[in-house]
Amino acid sequence: MANPDIARLESVAREGRVQILRMLTHAGSGHPGGSLSAIDILTTLYFHRMRYDPKRPDWEDRDRFILSKGHCVPAQYFCMAKAGYFPMDRLTTLRKLGSPLQGHPDRTTVPGIEAATGSLGQGLSIAVGMALGLKLAGKNARVYCVVGDGEIQEGQIWESLMSAPGLGAPDHHVDNLCVILDGNGIQLDDFVAKVLDLEPVVDKLEAFRWPVLEIDGHDIAQIDKALDQAETIKGKPTFVVAHTVKGKGVSFMENEPEWHGKAPKPAEAVRAIREILGGTVPDWAASIIAELEALEKK
Amino acid sequence: MPAKASRAAFGEVLLDLGAKDERIVTVDADLSKSTMTAKFAKTYPARAFNVGIAESGMIGLAAGLALAGRIPFACSFGCFLVGRFETIRVSVAYSQAPVKLVGTHVGVAIGEDGYSQMGLEDIACLRALPNIPIVQPADELETKQAVAYAVEHPGPIYLRLTRQNLEAVHDASYRFQFGKADVLRPGRDVSILVSGGPVWNALEAAKKLATEGVDAEILNVATIKPLDDEAILRSAGKTGHVVTVEDHSINGGLGSAVAELLGEVMPTPLKRVGVTTFGESGDPKGLYAKHGLDAEGIAQSVLKFLR
Repeated sequence: MANPDIARLESVAREGRVQILRMLTHAGSGHPGGSLSAIDILTTLYFHRMRYDPKRPDWEDRDRFILSKGHCVPAQYFCMAKAGYFPMDRLTTLRKLGSPLQGHPDRTTVPGIEAATGSLGQGLSIAVGMALGLKLAGKNARVYCVVGDGEIQEGQIWESLMSAPGLGAPDHHVDNLCVILDGNGIQLDDFVAKVLDLEPVVDKLEAFRWPVLEIDGHDIAQIDKALDQAETIKGKPTFVVAHTVKGKGVSFMENEPEWHGKAPKPAEAVRAIREILGGTVPDWAASIIAELEALEKK
Repeated sequence: MPAKASRAAFGEVLLDLGAKDERIVTVDADLSKSTMTAKFAKTYPARAFNVGIAESGMIGLAAGLALAGRIPFACSFGCFLVGRFETIRVSVAYSQAPVKLVGTHVGVAIGEDGYSQMGLEDIACLRALPNIPIVQPADELETKQAVAYAVEHPGPIYLRLTRQNLEAVHDASYRFQFGKADVLRPGRDVSILVSGGPVWNALEAAKKLATEGVDAEILNVATIKPLDDEAILRSAGKTGHVVTVEDHSINGGLGSAVAELLGEVMPTPLKRVGVTTFGESGDPKGLYAKHGLDAEGIAQSVLKFLR
């Protein structure tokens, strides 16, 4: 695959961070920490790696994306709006009555969402099944699945981790599947290491016969390189352990468990957005700031 | 037709269907010899997947296969399958993944293995989900047609199959219709609505009842969800007394579905016969007698109810 335009992708990810804060502030609830830790991965997937057509969400040859950690769907909604699946304005309807943008992914309300997720631990199994189904159908499409580190405490994850590397042998190996761990180190109650330490996670995955790549999940060049490498690994799916920072880009949210599942107040969101943009505020962002300042006054 | 277990009929017809449609695949969790998909796996090894004793992962895998255009039959004992309710709830039902869930070894009729292996709450659980129909065929002929229907059904569906042999209750001209109950015996005095394992017993009970001067109508309710409201109301309106019989918990199954229908639309005296406790080990005949699901038990329940 062609080298990524890093500056452009970083700019899209910055816009994603702003839009995540905007939609969560409007919603008054949701999960900023994990959305911000995953946005660089999703940006790379949606705007450099995946083949899809927003006008034909059911195109059979499309690459599939499953957000197993469904609570971070604001990051995906941004990518989908930016890609043209639906208008950007719709983001402010997140979690509101009658909106297709449910609090967790719903494939029946948003064409382009591949499966309902959010009940943690299930998306990986679905992704494995999709990868196998595509192989059986003779399709070249790839499947990407993002899981959370807290999420992989679920038993169902390990059921699928056990079977996926050998599945489909000898002719339909699921080497069209790439799983990416958003390893932000924090879950709802506390730090993952305090609730239920997963380490040594790479050793565990390798013991389960997965090829494992380890990267900085905020470095787009590293993300892209790992996804490139995953495409060259034949006979097995690939697992990318991405080390990330929960709340990445907003200093008062970074590494703070309390920002797992709490929406910012409008003034907090404005402060966060200014920090993300770092001094230069383009017109589109200025209007979001004005919109949030008006929300503050209400 | 000789008596045959509905799981065996399923295994046979799946081979035929699989020959015609290469999208059909099976997923199992180490029970393929019991769910009777083993022959399919032997015949079509590239289309059969055994994930080990891991039912949640199996159901999720099936959801992904279905969403990628395959027609997966996800098979296990009814209790182990529906026991992974949360995965069925989100990955299959809410995702609208057209998985064909096949639960075998339902009811106390499995006998000696005891309660932990008995599917006794599967109907109750799946009735709570908006879009998964529940079909429980009564004999070989109906099973084969119901499985063929499941392939065509556009969404997810649950087939509830038995370990034990089922006597034929339909003649060769019978055609299964999804969503329809069929009258196996017309009668005037009481409607016996029955499904699955005890259907033959209900027909035998009707003979006993006839000697007592009671003319029982027997409805085979193969599609438990959605219920055939029209046929049930028609029969209940005619007889004025309804008895439901099922090898399932008395709570949440066919009896409850019928009670909800009659209670809302046409209050009618109702007696539910089913399992009121945990199951237990024992010989299947003895268990059916203990739980009132044999012909004698059904006849006694009807007589007591009518008096």
